[in-house]
Amino acid sequence: MTRQQVLDLYFMDARSKLIDLAAFIDRIERASGEDDFRMKAFREAVKHLSGSGPERARQVLLSFSDPTSEPVAVAATKGACGAFAAEAR
Amino acid sequence: MRYIEPHAHMVSRVTDDYTKMALAGCVAVCEPAFWAGFDRSSADGFYDYFCQLTEHEPKRAARFGLPHFSWLCINPKEAEDVKLAEEVIALIPKFLERSNVLGIGEIGLNKNSRNEMRVLEMHIDLAARYNQLILVHTPHLEDKLKGTRLILDVLKRDKRILPERVIIDHVEEHTVKLVLDSGMWAGMTLYPESKCSPPRAIDMVEMYGDERVWMNSACDWGVSDPLAVPKTALEMRKRGHGEEAIDKLVYRNPMRFLGQCPKFDVKGEMHRQDARATTKA
Repeated sequence: MTRQQVLDLYFMDARSKLIDLAAFIDRIERASGEDDFRMKAFREAVKHLSGSGPERARQVLLSFSDPTSEPVAVAATKGACGAFAAEAR
Repeated sequence: MRYIEPHAHMVSRVTDDYTKMALAGCVAVCEPAFWAGFDRSSADGFYDYFCQLTEHEPKRAARFGLPHFSWLCINPKEAEDVKLAEEVIALIPKFLERSNVLGIGEIGLNKNSRNEMRVLEMHIDLAARYNQLILVHTPHLEDKLKGTRLILDVLKRDKRILPERVIIDHVEEHTVKLVLDSGMWAGMTLYPESKCSPPRAIDMVEMYGDERVWMNSACDWGVSDPLAVPKTALEMRKRGHGEEAIDKLVYRNPMRFLGQCPKFDVKGEMHRQDARATTKA
């Protein structure tokens, strides 16, 4: 596809998602309390959107990921929460 | 359009889903053993589940003309209890003889713990001893990268395991290259929020190629879409991909991987269903 074709196919959807992201950040900042590790990770991940690329999606995923390499002693929970909590290790 | 659904948890879906899948062109559905959303209380629970996967669910699928195949294991979310895992794994060999069982799966990791690693190694040993295909679940979200690396290391260390007989499922942009570089297959799962979207999956195919790749919905008891694969095919058409390329991803690639198990005889099963229907008439 040409860049024009990609824009024609995906621009409106991406625009909508960008507004959703912006509204999410506004909503967080209207709410009382502090950012937790998830929001701190989110603010770092967002910076990759305006980076020079080309692998922005990969960089966003990496920035949310657990960077350690050793298995943990015990699986204390079942679910994942979306961002790595360094202070919990 | 014809397609194979290589990863769907149909025990948690209603018959409307079978109807929709059949109408959309599905010719076979494959179901790995998974977490039911709660922890089973004993190995007996898994015994009953394996019976459901190998006896009841194929009959339910057959009513819609769909051959149904399954994979067996104790899933990673229930693998922290090693004693339970040993009991469940001991049950599996006698089920491997059943006509719709393709291999061991979906094994893998969940929170990347030592016990989960031990259970993963037990499953890999079982697969090696019984010459079974392997289907791997990689962890969710922030745990996926670390888990994928740990899983690949364990698989590579066991020289009995041939990479072309392993599929590492639920890859995303930060794990797909690791998997493909290992010689194993990569599964792209079209599942809202926690895994891939159709556009992202097609992006990965465009960047890394369509060799040793399949697409699946992994539809289950959560918010998920049993038609995610044909919808992704539609997305490919919108981007100008031809029918050959689409057919390769959604039909020929899964046929090639799954056909490494002689029991995966889709055409034969469809002929047998036709013969049964003719006999009854």
